[in-house]
Amino acid sequence: MWLAIAGICMFFAAFTSAYIVMESHSSWQDFKLPDMFWFSTAIIIISSFTMHLSVKSFKEHQMMRYKTLITVTALLGLLFLIGQGLGFSNMYSRGITIQWNLSAALIYIIVSAHMLHVLGGVIALFIIFARAYRRHTRTYDPVPVEVVATYWHFVDGLWIYLYIFFLLIK
Amino acid sequence: MSNEMNNPHQEITHPQAVAIPVPTGHETQVAEGHGIHHHEPFITKYIFSQDHKMISKQFLITGIIWATIGGFFSVLFRLQLGFPNDHFMWLHTIFGNWAPNGQFTPEAYYGLVTMHGTIMLFFVLTAGMSGTFANLLIPLQLGARDMASPFMNMLSYWIFFIASVVMFSSLFVSTGPFSGGWTAYPPLSALKDASPGSGTGGDLWLIAVLLFFISQIFAGINYISTILNMRTKGMSMSRMPLTIWGLLVTAILGLLSFPVVITGLVLLFFDKHLGTSFYLNSIYISGHALPNVGGSPILYQHLFWFMGHPEVYIVILPAMGIASEVIAINCRKPIFGYRGMVTAFFAICILAFLVWAHHMFVTGMNPYLGAFFVLLTLLIAVPSAIKVFNWIGTMWKGNIHLSVPCLFVIGFVSAFISGGLTGIWMANSAIDLDIHDTYFIIAHFHLVMGVASILGMCAGVYHWYPKMFGRKMNNTLGYIHFWITLVGAYLIFWPMHYEGLAGMPRRYYDYAAWHTFAPFEGVNTFISVVAIVVFIAQILFLFNFFYSIFKGRKETDPNPWKANTLEWTTPIHPGHGNWIGEIPEVYRWPYDYSKNGIDFIPQNVPLGPEEEIEVAKENQPQPV
Ligand code: HEM
Ligand SMILES: [Cu+2]
Repeated sequence: MWLAIAGICMFFAAFTSAYIVMESHSSWQDFKLPDMFWFSTAIIIISSFTMHLSVKSFKEHQMMRYKTLITVTALLGLLFLIGQGLGFSNMYSRGITIQWNLSAALIYIIVSAHMLHVLGGVIALFIIFARAYRRHTRTYDPVPVEVVATYWHFVDGLWIYLYIFFLLIK
Repeated sequence: MSNEMNNPHQEITHPQAVAIPVPTGHETQVAEGHGIHHHEPFITKYIFSQDHKMISKQFLITGIIWATIGGFFSVLFRLQLGFPNDHFMWLHTIFGNWAPNGQFTPEAYYGLVTMHGTIMLFFVLTAGMSGTFANLLIPLQLGARDMASPFMNMLSYWIFFIASVVMFSSLFVSTGPFSGGWTAYPPLSALKDASPGSGTGGDLWLIAVLLFFISQIFAGINYISTILNMRTKGMSMSRMPLTIWGLLVTAILGLLSFPVVITGLVLLFFDKHLGTSFYLNSIYISGHALPNVGGSPILYQHLFWFMGHPEVYIVILPAMGIASEVIAINCRKPIFGYRGMVTAFFAICILAFLVWAHHMFVTGMNPYLGAFFVLLTLLIAVPSAIKVFNWIGTMWKGNIHLSVPCLFVIGFVSAFISGGLTGIWMANSAIDLDIHDTYFIIAHFHLVMGVASILGMCAGVYHWYPKMFGRKMNNTLGYIHFWITLVGAYLIFWPMHYEGLAGMPRRYYDYAAWHTFAPFEGVNTFISVVAIVVFIAQILFLFNFFYSIFKGRKETDPNPWKANTLEWTTPIHPGHGNWIGEIPEVYRWPYDYSKNGIDFIPQNVPLGPEEEIEVAKENQPQPV
């Protein structure tokens, strides 16, 4: 997992360095980021909490609570994706399309690349959720859950990094 | 991890280091044991196999097929360079529109050059090389029953396979394959109308290369986690054979550099199809200004070469590992400077990420910035030289057996030196400004990377062939193959240095318009003729390889090279799971050759009483 995370870090590091390079160009135009992004930021931070709590209840073998929390986390993840989508439609309605300026194009690309990674996390959540039901013999092996949790915290942190980056660089 | 496991039917548990959990398949498919191997259906045994040895053979054979195609393409474009005034009607018969009057069109020529570069670098020397030897050797030499995630391993091969199919299909589109060079610089690659090859051919190229990078990231994650987590008992990192060290550093380089180029290629895709202008700025095409402003093609170069330079080491490091192993075995001597070798690997790994801009000295970069890259580039010659010194040190006063693999390794060292020395020239930006994009560059990288790692790969194939197929390749054919290849390679690439110093640019279709280059006409013809001969010599290898799979002499000795590493402790035809019974335990490093008068002591032999005393002495402060 840590290896995959290292790879993903390089991927986004390349994006942000592209952003810095392009930003210095004279034709670069800044615009106001949709307020919706604040909302989704809050959502994803909360989801990290619920993720954390669900790992804890898994380790305490409280399977019912674990299942609920994992569902909540996944739903919050979906909510985050919707929030980002709404943010995009807000940008779009202001005429900020992908062709409008490189600044917009980069925001679109970086944010949607991040959304894909969150989507991967949501799918992983559903998988371990389904497993919790399928298994008749109870296994309390925490490794898969922990791996997913690590990934979840990572995409959360990644978004916070990206958002702060977008805000600061203006 | 799975080392204490003695029941081969049990599923191999994967360590937590594996990426996003793989939904199905892995849990349900249980690794087959050796005894019942022949019961396995054809599909799971030969096609969708999860056995690392089979995946290794798949990578090797796919790589060989690509090498044949890529090599053949080079012969074709050499025909144009060597015989610019001749018309070969048979070309028209075979290639139709590519060669309307028996001569390749400029578009077809550039398509051939681009495909040659892409295929050789990515499909043969990256996927073919790492795919073959990492899959074969990591579990076998470390004492693991399979990779950390056999399923992801299979996935990486099949994604590579799809990439291959896409790339292959691009040869048949009517506008021709992509023709903008293996580096695919924009704006040429970002504008559909820039050249015929930039249309559909360019799209297919982009998809194929993206898939290829994804497959190599999967593969690399798997290699690293296997090396870190699945070594048998006693196999500490410092007892790993150098092959494994090479493959480890290769995988790290890939994992950290491929995502960056994926970013670059994604942006390229957006520029091409979604109207963005990351790489485009004020361009005129057929008299009209394009609306795209604000981008910078230099950005692409940075993103590309950030992968591009590590990539060249990704290509050579496995060969370095193979060379170290084969040379120690064939000189019956411990490898000289094991620790130095490992340190050099890591020095190369770090420096490889810090020198990319030496490919961009002519982009108008600030000369002060350039100076840093000059310095760092010169520094990378140091670990490279350490390795060369250590190989020669190993051969020095060794009891050299000039077996076929050993000859190939000596050829590898020779080519690496010849090409590496010119690297030091080009590293100086003042010199490079003059020779950049000339045949000097072609000579440099073909010797240091192309020839060297192909020779290393051949050494590996000849050396591990008995392990892969349980049969031997023919030695005489091997010797002939070696000598023609080595001598031919020098005859092809040596003269190119002179052409380059005279300023002859690379990637030109025809040099007739320049008086300066007229004296090289004969040289060009000569190079092309040698290229054809060398290509034919490779057919000997192809024949030897495929014929021996079915009809080669059966191997009867489980350890034909009298080597120390663990792969030779498996049966001649190892099943899925590699060892019958328990996995051997390791007690020593892999290079105990001619120690205390004993020819070789495999790694799984416990220390003798004298050795115990020696070790105790060495570890005096903290006795074992
Ligand atoms: C001794 C250390 C080395 C030094 C100092 C060095 C230096 C350089 C420099 C400065 C260039 C850019 C030349 C130009 O485009 O004007 C270059 C190109 C290249 N080098 Fe090296 N090099 C070294 C070793 C290697 C190795 C070990 C490999 C591969 C295994 C390699 C593969 C390449 C390739 C593929 C290119 C050309 C890429 C292209 O333009 O298409 N080099 N090298
Ligand atoms: Cu380089």
